[in-house]
Amino acid sequence: MKKGESLYGLVAEFHSAEELLEACKRTHEEGYRNLDAFSPFPVEGLAEAIGFHRTKLPIIVFCGGLFGCCGGFFLQWWPNVIGYPLNIGGKPFDSWPAFIPITFEMTILFAALSATFGMLALNRLPCPYHPVFNLERFAQASKDRFFLLIAAEDPKFNLEQTKQFLTELNPREVSEVDS
Amino acid sequence: MAGMDPEDTATLVSPGSEVLGPGHTYGSVTDKISSIVLTRGTGRKYKVGFAVAVLLFLMLNFGITLLMAVGVGIFGINIPVGWGYCITNFVWWIGIGHAGTLISAFLLLMRQQWRTSINRFAEAMTLFAVACAGAFPLLHLGRPWLFYWLFPYPDTMGVWPQFRSPLVWDVFAVSTYATVSLLFWYVGLIPDLATLRDRASKKFKQIIYGALSLGWRGSARHWKRYEMAGLLLAGLATPLVVSVHTVVSFDFTIAIIPGWHSTMFPPYFVAGAIYSGFAMVIALAVPLRKYYGLEDFVTIRHLDNMGKIMLATGMIVAYSYVMETFMAFYGGNKFDIFMIMNRMTGPYASVYWVLIAVNLVIPQLLWSSKIRRNPLYLWLLSFSVQTGMWMERYMIIVTSLHRDFIPSSWGMFYPTRWDWIIFIGTIGLFFTLFYLFIRFLPMISIFEMRDLVHKTAEGAKP
Repeated sequence: MKKGESLYGLVAEFHSAEELLEACKRTHEEGYRNLDAFSPFPVEGLAEAIGFHRTKLPIIVFCGGLFGCCGGFFLQWWPNVIGYPLNIGGKPFDSWPAFIPITFEMTILFAALSATFGMLALNRLPCPYHPVFNLERFAQASKDRFFLLIAAEDPKFNLEQTKQFLTELNPREVSEVDS
Repeated sequence: MAGMDPEDTATLVSPGSEVLGPGHTYGSVTDKISSIVLTRGTGRKYKVGFAVAVLLFLMLNFGITLLMAVGVGIFGINIPVGWGYCITNFVWWIGIGHAGTLISAFLLLMRQQWRTSINRFAEAMTLFAVACAGAFPLLHLGRPWLFYWLFPYPDTMGVWPQFRSPLVWDVFAVSTYATVSLLFWYVGLIPDLATLRDRASKKFKQIIYGALSLGWRGSARHWKRYEMAGLLLAGLATPLVVSVHTVVSFDFTIAIIPGWHSTMFPPYFVAGAIYSGFAMVIALAVPLRKYYGLEDFVTIRHLDNMGKIMLATGMIVAYSYVMETFMAFYGGNKFDIFMIMNRMTGPYASVYWVLIAVNLVIPQLLWSSKIRRNPLYLWLLSFSVQTGMWMERYMIIVTSLHRDFIPSSWGMFYPTRWDWIIFIGTIGLFFTLFYLFIRFLPMISIFEMRDLVHKTAEGAKP
């Protein structure tokens, strides 16, 4: 196997969120597209800087909520009107105002489940193994360091040129990451 | 940003603010909070406290075992007072839980920075309080092992729960609340579990925290979706928390008993829930910050703010007491007037007047900023409020039931030792869970503290 095939990408380490943000913008301007940035807390504008603008999550949550709302109402309407109608205190079978509290709770329940599991699914988590974990310094990404990754799969990727480019961004260190 | 030496480890130092002590860096907040879990171990005080909590929890198990064997006859309940301590405790515990959700969800939507250092353990408090609350209606069932009959499932009996009953609404409200609180809490923990995974030195801890962190790596795309999920969950949890205590109040208002049948109950109950919940957050925060030296993170400003919220919600509760009395006379219904007079002068008058003292009069001390900014006074005051809120629910349940429309059906309620044992036992359950939580999980959100360091440092730049 050639060395280039086992290479996952190049990682540059930065000291601050601002440096990483600036580096991401320049890398994206340079034409790299298959890149990722890692930070110990959410940095405003970082996702946009690497070309990620919109997430489908809100629409997923909306659909989940709508499902919970309709399902919750049907859950009460069907037994009371079709499945097992009982005359209790002369109340109409389809006494919909009394079904609102449970409908509301089910809306919230399914929307919240969609938000949590939708976020995890879109993020492809759980993901026990990822090549960046091979880098020992990467443990600092959950503390106080900021990392920029350019994947070897990027069409513009060239080990020497990309390394040269990253070094110009003035990082603390540039490292190769094995896949 | 001077000092860009490559070996320089502290790159950004926060000058601090009212909600964060000065001189903190990303590294210092990370080390401080994660060391409590990873390296600090358990001290003598922790062990003693944990042992007491576990003993009380064992007492709860003993009480529950007897309850299963003998039945609800071990409690003081009978006709006419069929709802005694169990329902009082249920409403009290679930109310306590509401402050945690409010801090993590509502204050997030309001962009309140001071929520950052208290939201994690307040959310844990919510979960454990809901666990205690959820036990009571089940224990009260008579045959608790058939609790699943409350859920709508296609059973062989062919019958369904009565969906028009607030008691069934309660099942949905409380179970949704428990689920959403758990999701919100766990989602908030994921990046911090990754921090613990990367800091842990022992293989076993690395594997456990690694598995729980789901392989979180802090990618910018992940953060973007993560923040969106957090915002949506906050937006969902805020109306949820209001709806839960509203539904709890429906358990009373939908009945026709004087003292229960009132349109005022939902807002009155929600305010009371937040009132007692913030009291519990203070009761936990003051010893935690002292014992673990977290004065930089949970500052006097936090205590001051929580004191103000307690004062505001306490005033809403006080207003409700006044309006309840006023409406009884203004409405002119003789049963309502009798109910109020019976509360004030009847056999349970002592409960009413102690309640007014500890829940309404003593908390007026919160008007003084000296009291609000003194951890010890605030801590003592929080117990006054919690006692008061427990007595409020006791008063609503017992004094309304024991003398209703027909004098021939009047009676009295006297708690038995098992009422007390099971109530105090759940306090043991709560603290057992809480002690385990502060030992094994970061009690303050680490990544949000790093964000706070960043924001305060940015804000201080010329």
